[in-house]
Amino acid sequence: MAHDVIEMAHGAGGRMGGELMREVIFPAIGNDILAEMHDGAHVNVSGNIAMTTDSYVVKPIFFRGGSIGRLAVCGTVNDLAMTGAMARYLTLALILEEGFPIDELRRVLADVRKAADEADVKIVTGDTKVVGRGAGDGIYINTAGVGDIVDGADIAPKNIRAGMDIIVSGYLGDHAATIMAARHGISLPESIKTDAAPLKSLVASMLATSKNIAVMRDPTRGGVAAVLNELAGQAGVGMLIDEDKLPVREEVRGVCDLLGFDPLNLANEGKLIAIVKREDTEKILAAMRNHPLGEHATVIGTTTKEGAGEVGLRTPLGSIRMVEMPMGGLVPRIC
Amino acid sequence: METNETHKVSDRALAGKLVEEIDRLTRPLGRKVRYMEVCGTHTVSIFRAGLRQLLPPQIELVSGPGCPVCVTPDSYMDKAIAYAKELDTIIATFGDMLKVPGSESSLSEAMAAGADIRVVYSPLDSLKIAKENPNKTVIFLAVGFETTAPTAAAAVIAAKRAGLKNLFMLSAQKLIPPAMKLLLDDERTNVDGFLLPGHVAVVTGSDAFLFLARDYHKPGVVAGFEAVEILRAIYRLAQMTTAGEARVENEYDKVVSREGNGAAQRAMYDVYEAVDTPWRGLGDIPASGLRMRDEWQSFDIERVRPIEVNVKPNKAKSLCRCGEVLKGQIVPQECPLFAKACVPEHAIGPCMVSVEGVCAAHYKYGGGKFKYGA
Repeated sequence: MAHDVIEMAHGAGGRMGGELMREVIFPAIGNDILAEMHDGAHVNVSGNIAMTTDSYVVKPIFFRGGSIGRLAVCGTVNDLAMTGAMARYLTLALILEEGFPIDELRRVLADVRKAADEADVKIVTGDTKVVGRGAGDGIYINTAGVGDIVDGADIAPKNIRAGMDIIVSGYLGDHAATIMAARHGISLPESIKTDAAPLKSLVASMLATSKNIAVMRDPTRGGVAAVLNELAGQAGVGMLIDEDKLPVREEVRGVCDLLGFDPLNLANEGKLIAIVKREDTEKILAAMRNHPLGEHATVIGTTTKEGAGEVGLRTPLGSIRMVEMPMGGLVPRIC
Repeated sequence: METNETHKVSDRALAGKLVEEIDRLTRPLGRKVRYMEVCGTHTVSIFRAGLRQLLPPQIELVSGPGCPVCVTPDSYMDKAIAYAKELDTIIATFGDMLKVPGSESSLSEAMAAGADIRVVYSPLDSLKIAKENPNKTVIFLAVGFETTAPTAAAAVIAAKRAGLKNLFMLSAQKLIPPAMKLLLDDERTNVDGFLLPGHVAVVTGSDAFLFLARDYHKPGVVAGFEAVEILRAIYRLAQMTTAGEARVENEYDKVVSREGNGAAQRAMYDVYEAVDTPWRGLGDIPASGLRMRDEWQSFDIERVRPIEVNVKPNKAKSLCRCGEVLKGQIVPQECPLFAKACVPEHAIGPCMVSVEGVCAAHYKYGGGKFKYGA
């Protein structure tokens, strides 16, 4: 490659754009469908499919355990998984800032590839645009995805009833703590890194075990507090969770204490919340704990008739306080 | 894991015992017993632990003026915004200042309009920004109490040592004891005792609060921030209230001494001197603010580059009852704006902005009396 950094011409569709595709993008993420180089991808799908899209603007773009590239694949795969769909194809649109180092682009794309392989999805079409220096922040990524809805899965907030169990798949807040620590120069032990991971196969094994899963959500921006408040509002039930049962690593609690955050508000990129019928709780938990991404899965609370639309938290002293919908804005650009 | 669980169980048992004792002591008084927590961090801890729900109904906890953002007046915010709009200026500030309304706008609006405003977690971060941006004027918004003033002083001392010429302070730092005196001199203030601020006392020492007992015959207990520590302090207050005694006690002696942190006090008073200063909602309080001494004036942006602001009266704000809330005279729910025109996303009063603000805490935790299913 004759250039070390992105130039305006790389996004102008001419010779330099072609060079970027041939030498950087295809070698990293190419496959038979992308190789067709149509204006759009032809793929085979049948039956019920789900679609989603998401944009990624995280800062910094590299952090312990991942990068914007890993997030861009996991986020979209997970959004599909939360609707009970198994992602198959993704699109990838890059918005690059003039001057962005090509080496860094290669690293991001290598992460895209690795995450796509883990999730067993193909990047089938894409786009590259370049904006002038100062008009972006290195790199932004948008991905869209399609996936097949698992037969018999019926995942929707309206399915939530009082008396169901609320499960989380593992430790909360690792991703946000990693990003916040990187931004504020706080050193964290090696054990804390982003949890970004594709949840497709975890969800597949959960749905293979039981269809009694009313709803699933990945607690990204706004964390568990946002997801539970949203679901309580949509379903018209109350939720009561137990502070003692929330899985949060000590180191993450430490970052929260230092920066004044509540672990319930922290973003995760490889965790899910499932609200399930109690008769199948044990079965679903067992299936989750059998999967590397669900080994710390645990019940954190239940849905209730009381307090419809609200989320309560039982403190270690036995009192109950409200968990409020986070306001947002305190932790910008976390994904 | 097992020890952790055991710890939790014993905390719960201990809390239960303390609450029982507090009830046993105060019930025979046959009246409400009101204690004020002076510090915003206590306010938040009390809500987070759901303590209001555990305590017997005769105990009322009222919040005091100890939220730095809340007592920062409009004129200060207007100045900060005016400096932020100047070219070649970087404002370094704690995050919860961003949305505090000045008389017309906020720092967050200035930021959206292009001002260079950076959120920092310590005054010392502003040193780094000044070093990295030698051609910019870096202004740290020094708000806070005795807890942050020594660190701001340390930043100034370090800047002088490093020969930095581009770091300045816009100081609105305040001292807690004078504000408490003002409250106690106001006959509308009705409290039986004080939960004293643990972090402030680390610096000042518990003796800084002796005037409570000596001059006002009110008990005070310096408290830590864990739920059980707060309950223990309330228990000791209840003992004194029941016995009709007034002493200043220290329930946080693992970190608070009688004399406080001498080095921090020295740094603070090397750089600052006490002056009269306005508090939002409370008015001018004698010797309650910190101003940089003359020998440090080259770090004081207001003296190096004075700026005039014209504080505009605001109709919605004239309904805001922040002042009475900060004095513990009314609860936020009694303000006509609370949870209606004034919510955290569009705060009219500063008590709704800061995470430690009384109104924000009441709003966020539903008044703290949240009973599931009740």
